[in-house]
This record gives sequence, structure tokens and C-alpha cells, in this order.
Amino acid sequence: MTAIVDAPPDQLTPVRFHQVGKAFGSGRKAVVALDGVDLEVGAGEFVCLLGASGCGKTTLLNLVAGLDRPTSGRIELNSSRPAVVFQEAALMPWLTAAGNVELPLRMAGVPKAQRRAKAAELLELVRLAGLGDKRPHELSGGMRQRVALARALASTTDSADAGKPSLLLMDEPFSALDAITRDVLQGELLRIWRATGTAILFVTHDVREAVRLGQRVVLLSSRPGRVVQEWDVDDAPDAVDEINTALRKVISSHAA
Amino acid sequence: MPLDVQEGSVEAGLDALDTPVNAPEGSRVRRIAARVLPPVGAIVVLVAIWQALWAAAFWPEFKLPSPAAVWGQIWQLVTSGDILELFWVSVHRAVIGFAISLLIAVPLGLAIANIRVVRRGIGPLVSGLQSLPSVAWVPAAILWFGLNDRAIYWVVLLGAVPSIANGLVSGLDQVPPILPRVGKALGAGRFGGIRYILLPAALPGFLGGLKQGWAFSWRSLMAAELIATSPELGEGLGQFLHNGMSLSDISMVFAGIVLIFVVGVGIELLVFRPLENSVLRARGLTSSAH
Ligand SMILES: Nc1ncnc2c1ncn2[C@@H]1O[C@H](COP(=O)(O)OP(=O)(O)OP(=O)(O)O)[C@@H](O)[C@H]1O
Ligand SMILES: [Mg+2]
Repeated sequence: MTAIVDAPPDQLTPVRFHQVGKAFGSGRKAVVALDGVDLEVGAGEFVCLLGASGCGKTTLLNLVAGLDRPTSGRIELNSSRPAVVFQEAALMPWLTAAGNVELPLRMAGVPKAQRRAKAAELLELVRLAGLGDKRPHELSGGMRQRVALARALASTTDSADAGKPSLLLMDEPFSALDAITRDVLQGELLRIWRATGTAILFVTHDVREAVRLGQRVVLLSSRPGRVVQEWDVDDAPDAVDEINTALRKVISSHAA
Repeated sequence: MPLDVQEGSVEAGLDALDTPVNAPEGSRVRRIAARVLPPVGAIVVLVAIWQALWAAAFWPEFKLPSPAAVWGQIWQLVTSGDILELFWVSVHRAVIGFAISLLIAVPLGLAIANIRVVRRGIGPLVSGLQSLPSVAWVPAAILWFGLNDRAIYWVVLLGAVPSIANGLVSGLDQVPPILPRVGKALGAGRFGGIRYILLPAALPGFLGGLKQGWAFSWRSLMAAELIATSPELGEGLGQFLHNGMSLSDISMVFAGIVLIFVVGVGIELLVFRPLENSVLRARGLTSSAH
């Protein structure tokens, strides 16, 4: 990873958590999903959030995406509208691939010609240039996920946010794909990250994926989700074993 | 011996494998024939049985007319041009009634689906109305409005509005919850979410409701025309059927039934079926065998 853009000192941090907590329900039956989370993602930084199933990774992303509100603490968002890629591609089945990419632009009132051009550009970025007129059901799982990525990127291009750093949130986007497609898409994502310079907060429960993709890996504990440890993996590519051990320790601590 | 595999990137190879190929379509003539022949065959068999029963003279002629006599009735309507008036009177009423029903049912369905109090309050009422035969409203409508078009439209509305509204509600209820969330993440506001996500996502269920609403409005219209007959109302298919009964002309009665059936099914086949098929096909919801 050579093309890391060093953030100028005056550049804003896209997102910063301040002792964020989230509980579902209230009273004694409340489920505390997140508790006292402090986390920040720098401009252009690629951070992987790692944790066992049900530890609150999705909840955390939803808070950043504005789909949910924290019950305590505060999230400081300095980016343009975060782009979100969900675990399922969740493309609109009545729209073509290009129509899906254009959808956020249409809802933002971007004129048609401009929309077209932007969608073509983004489909080109995810290497689906020729398939814009295909329907979601005609595409493979990996292609759908790439359309979803292009669509998410389209949602951040908001003229009102010009100058703000961009932020991409991804919730286990490749976990439903076969191994070789996943491998290829990880490479594509790194390419797109370098090309766009966007900050990425990437959720996964796969240690290898986290180490391959991220510059920094953040391990979350379960019930309640807290930040356990962080690793700079950019210059420690053999961190897999170490992180695996830590993850196992977190999981086995629940056996008692 | 290893196969002679050309070097290329894995990315490009995967894409080539994943790229959809357009399946060749069978010949057009054959596809149409496969669709048209079975129902035509069924009709031929039915008419043959009918002819045989008539020839065996199980029932007297005034109870079971011959196919030829019924066809004669219809042919006479066609050659005299009277059939145009019959169709016009009934179909224009059904279409106007259906259009008004649509204008009432869509806001109603949206309100039931989106506002909890409304759903609890009138949701069950609207579902209940769907199972109340709308003919039951004919006497009240005649007492309220007199023997005129308004009475007929009232009955049609009560037949069609509940089906259309219920279709829309169930269409909206079946929208996968992930889609509105995605919409919100993509920056949809409240109305953008309804306009660009919810309504299109609910379209298949809504179309089902429309189809059923059409069937109900046609049914209600025929019931109303059959009961509410008056010279001022003009002669539609229902009145034609009624006249057949008054004249004790069984071939005329059969001709009326056939025409009512043909119009009801015809509009479904010509308007609603293609609409539904194209919507479902665009979303990959039909198997290619259909
Ligand atoms: N809407 C909700 N209501 C109640 N509890 C919830 C809700 N959403 C999540 N939870 C709970 O919060 C906890 C964290 O859930 P979350 O979906 O964020 O986990 P996750 O880390 O994304 O899991 P996975 O790896 O399975 O996707 C879980 O215990 C879950 O049961
Ligand atoms: Mg999750």
C-alpha cells in the first residue's frame, strides 16, 4: 500500500465516536449492543471493524449511517453523506443496474444527462461498463455487490458537501460470495479505495479479510460491544495469528 | 496432458463467466400457438358436449338452447349493430367506475398501510367489505339515488374499492424492510422514499389488487344492471340479460351470459395480464415456462 494519501493537518476527520452507547429496548430487558465506544476514522483511512457474530458491528455502522440513533454519547460526522453497502446487495429489482446507480442522484434532483454520465462513470469504476442495462436478477452475486458499491458511491456525490472528506461504510459486503469472487472483489475494493481516496469503515468477522484490506483493525468485544484492541496492520502483515488469538480470547470469555 | 489454458486475468475470466447470456427465444408462432391452443381446445370440447346434450334432448328446448341458436342471437346483435350499444353502455360504466374506484382506493390504501390508527380503525372494515357481495347494496342505492347511473356507480365502487385498497396494502406490507432502509441510506426523504422505493416495490401486489378490483367492478356492474333496469338507464349487457328472462327466451339469456363472460375475461387478458407479465418479467419473477 504505497499510495496512501497523507491527510493534511487541517483536514477533517470523517467520523469520530465519543463514548457511544446503544441499547435496544428499555428497563431490565434492554439489550446493550454497544457501550462506551471510542473510535475514529481518518480521512482516506481504511479501517476494518472485527468482531464475533452479534457483537454490534451492524449496529455501529447503522449509527454512522444515520439509520439509528445512539442512546448515549455522540458521533461527530464531518464527512459528506456516508455511502453504505449492506451485506445483501439489496438492489431495486424494478431498476436496471444503471437505474440503481442513478437512484440516489434522482432522489437528489440531479438532472438526467448528468445522472447518466455519473452512473456510467461509476459503473466503469466497478468494471461493469457494458452491463448497465441488465436487471439485478440477471447478474451474479459478485456483480450485484459491485453495482451496490457503485450506487453507494453515487449517494455521496452531493454538491452541498463539496470539500468534505468522503466515507464509505461496508457491512460484511463479501461474506455471501464464493471464495474466489471474494478474493477478486477485495482486490477491486483496494483499487477503488486508492482511486477515490475515500475513507472506509469495513465490517467483517474474517480476520484474514480484515488484515488484507485494512490499514488498521479494530476488535470489538461482544455483549456489550466495546473496543478491545487495535492493530496497525499496514506494516505488520503477519498480524493474522495475533489477531486470531485475541478474537478467540474474546469469544471464549463468554463461555464462563 | 494439461489443457491449453490461455493466460488472462482472473477478474476478466470471472466477469466473462458471470455475464448473462441472452437465452434464444423459441419461434414466435410456436409460442403463441402454445398459449392459444389449449383454451381454444377446451372451448371446442365444451361446445361439443353442449351440442350433444342438446341433441339428446335431456331438457326441453326452452331450458337448454342449441349452441347454434345462441350463436344466432349473438350474430344478430352483431349484424344489427346493437352489440356496439350493449358493449358501450356496460364497458364505459365499468371503466369509469373502475377509474373512480382507483382514485379513492389508492389514497385509502396508502393511509391504511402507513398510519397505524387508520389501519386498526378501518383496515378490518375494508377487508370485511371485500367479502360482502356488492349486490347487497343495490336496494339501498336505488332508494338513495333512484334508478339512475349514480346508483349503479355506487354499487361498482363498493365492489372495487376494497379489493384495490387491500391489494395496495398487501403489496406495501410485502416490501422487504431492507429496501426502505437502503433508500434512507441513499438519501431518500419521506416522500422520496414513498415515490421512488415503496410504491414501485409494492407494484406487483398492487397490480394483483387492480386485477381483482376490475373483476369485482365488472361483477358488481352486471348485478346492478340486472336488477336496476329502467328505460332511462339505456341498455347494457345486464339489461339485455334481464330482457331475455322477461321474454322467457333462453337463447337470449345464454347469449347475454356469453357476452358478459367474453368482455370480463377479454379485458383481463388484453389489459391486466400483459401489464402484470411485463412487470413480473422485468423483476425476474416469472419462470420462462410461462
Ligand atoms: N432492532 C433490534 N432490537 C433489539 N435488539 C437488537 C436489534 N438490532 C440488534 N440487536 C441486538 O444487538 C446486538 C448486536 O447486533 P448487530 O446486528 O449489530 O450484530 P453484528 O455484529 O452485526 O452481528 P452479525 O455478525 O451477525 O451481523 C445483538 O445481540 C442483537 O440481538
Ligand atoms: Mg451484522
